[in-house]
Amino acid sequence: MTDTAIQTRKLSKRYHGGEIRGRGYLRDAMREWFRAPGRNLRHGAAREEFWALRDVDLRVDHGEVLGVIGRNGAGKTTLLKILSRITRPTRGEAEIRGRVGSLLEVGTGFHPELTGRENTYLSGAILGMSKNEISARFDEIVAFAEIERFIDMPVKHYSSGMFVRLAFAVAAHLEPDILLVDEVLAVGDVAFQRKCLGKMGDVSRTGRTILFVSHNMGAISQLCQRCLLLRDGRVADDGPPGRVLGEYLKACAGSDGTDSRNWDRAGSGRVRIASIEILDGEGHACSTISMNRELRLRIGGEAECADVDFTLSIQFFTASGIPVLYLYDQFRNFRPRADNQFLIELRIPQLLLMPGAYYLHVWIGRAGMEDYDWVKNAAALEVIQGVDVPITLPLTQGQGLVFSALDATQII
Amino acid sequence: MDKVAESNMAATVAKLRSALPLAQRIAPRRGLMELDFPELWRYRELVYFLVWRDMKVRYKQTVIGAAWAVLQPFLTMVVFSLFFGKLAKMPSNGLPYPIFYYSALLPWTYFATSLQNAANTMVDHQNVITKVYFPRLLLPFSSVVSGLVDFSISFVFLLCMMAYYHIWPGPAILILPVFLLLEILTALAAGLWLSGLNALYRDVRYVMPFLVQFWLFASPVAYPSSVVPARWQWLYGLNPMAGVIEGFRWSLTGHGEPPGKLVLVSATVVLVALAGGVAYFQAIEGTIADFV
Repeated sequence: MTDTAIQTRKLSKRYHGGEIRGRGYLRDAMREWFRAPGRNLRHGAAREEFWALRDVDLRVDHGEVLGVIGRNGAGKTTLLKILSRITRPTRGEAEIRGRVGSLLEVGTGFHPELTGRENTYLSGAILGMSKNEISARFDEIVAFAEIERFIDMPVKHYSSGMFVRLAFAVAAHLEPDILLVDEVLAVGDVAFQRKCLGKMGDVSRTGRTILFVSHNMGAISQLCQRCLLLRDGRVADDGPPGRVLGEYLKACAGSDGTDSRNWDRAGSGRVRIASIEILDGEGHACSTISMNRELRLRIGGEAECADVDFTLSIQFFTASGIPVLYLYDQFRNFRPRADNQFLIELRIPQLLLMPGAYYLHVWIGRAGMEDYDWVKNAAALEVIQGVDVPITLPLTQGQGLVFSALDATQII
Repeated sequence: MDKVAESNMAATVAKLRSALPLAQRIAPRRGLMELDFPELWRYRELVYFLVWRDMKVRYKQTVIGAAWAVLQPFLTMVVFSLFFGKLAKMPSNGLPYPIFYYSALLPWTYFATSLQNAANTMVDHQNVITKVYFPRLLLPFSSVVSGLVDFSISFVFLLCMMAYYHIWPGPAILILPVFLLLEILTALAAGLWLSGLNALYRDVRYVMPFLVQFWLFASPVAYPSSVVPARWQWLYGLNPMAGVIEGFRWSLTGHGEPPGKLVLVSATVVLVALAGGVAYFQAIEGTIADFV
């Protein structure tokens, strides 16, 4: 047996009009077909086409942990979808050795009417486990999910936490040789994502192959030995994470992160964030702010209906993906105006972050119940040293991420 | 993770790896028919689980559960007996109307339900299809298999009804499995076409009820096929359900003529439709996740 786990040759995927084609209308297809008989029915109306992946040549060895980064639409998800055989490539081919599983697609095939036990078997079978395998690991799965007492209860009566725990436990016990993880598509809250990352770390230590798509630069540089950068469906760079991440962030810095069309978002969409504005203490829009000054954030958006309560949280990350600052008040509920619009201003009286670049993730939802919208890297903020700190030497994130006001007294 | 667990896991991985084919090739589809039978066989347990789930869910959701399998054709039988039978005086090959209608509604109900379930199956499973790979063919296939459970219940009920009317099946009942097979293949053929079309085109859903209704009246359910003039029988047989339903009635009750020619035409049509259905389904199977 060779050491190659994944080998692709000129792998390409074409989509028609938009990222996903979506379902058309039979009457249109038939009209097209009568106009130009002989053309295959499934092609439907000729539409604008675009290549989500182009001539990707990739070789991943067994035991390698490969991070895949790139902007939205760069082809990361398409690559994983082809490798997990969810969809076929338009051209080129790939060869996979070993069982493929994807960790974060949890709850696949769960049915609310069925009990936890029944769903474990069903979901396991859909993910590709045999009945014997599931039986052999059943106790382990239930223990991992910590739902022993409720295993024979229909999952529609489960709390969302129990549901996710069970679903994750099933997916985590598939034990594939090649694990495909798309964090971009991941559901669940931050705590749950941490748990997934932990599991991934465990898996990588047992010598299995992982392909990890993420915007979490910290996780990539921590877990991966190699990193692949995709740009417009092509491999733009492939090498050690340090170098590739640097390349990527340099390219990102020039782009405008506040354009909501390019946002990387998750959630049900019942409430959607449309804009995020960074203002200084005087209310002027800015993208750089001095340390220790007042910072205001204005988040605007729209809800499906005016009758929806939500809470809002914001996370600040460094460029290497370390979460630094968390803004949240679980008991402060917001509600859209009668026309479903809202605009919220958050005020931070003194910004205590050290100089450097920060990326903001904005979350709207109901804690532990539902994510309405969750936008990663919604905005970028540059903190500069300014004149409000009692230091003239240049400060960097290397010295620390947070700066605090200081009351120094000499006692002796 | 401790050392023991780690080595256990490594052993499991080695075992699993050896159980798998050495390499899976992912490529654009070539060729019209490339059914991967070994793979379908590997996934046989999934068919079992899908059918098992259909049963569980249905019997949990409806209070009457299994009775539904009988109630639906039974009530239709009552209506047909009353209006087509007693009032319109439709010929019934000398059978009591309830038996005449129920023996046709038994295969018809199975066919209509399987067809509709199969047609919706890709859309119903869109969450699964877009997240994990398995041969998509299993979805319409297991819908058609699920229907057999209700069919069996309904079949037992028909036997009871026949006993009540003192109608005993003759030797012709030995051919019944042939008609049943023909019917399953018909449902599968139509189900493959419709599930594929329904996944690709959102207006197929609206055509379905009309199609099923039209098909019902184009099949010898409410009337015997003998009302169709002999020279048009071959044309009538182009509807595969014509051969199936006449075959059911004849082999169960022994009344009427054996529908030889009709069944031959129907069987030919079904085989062609099934081959076409498989080819069509295969053509779209690989990229269906991009649509639904």
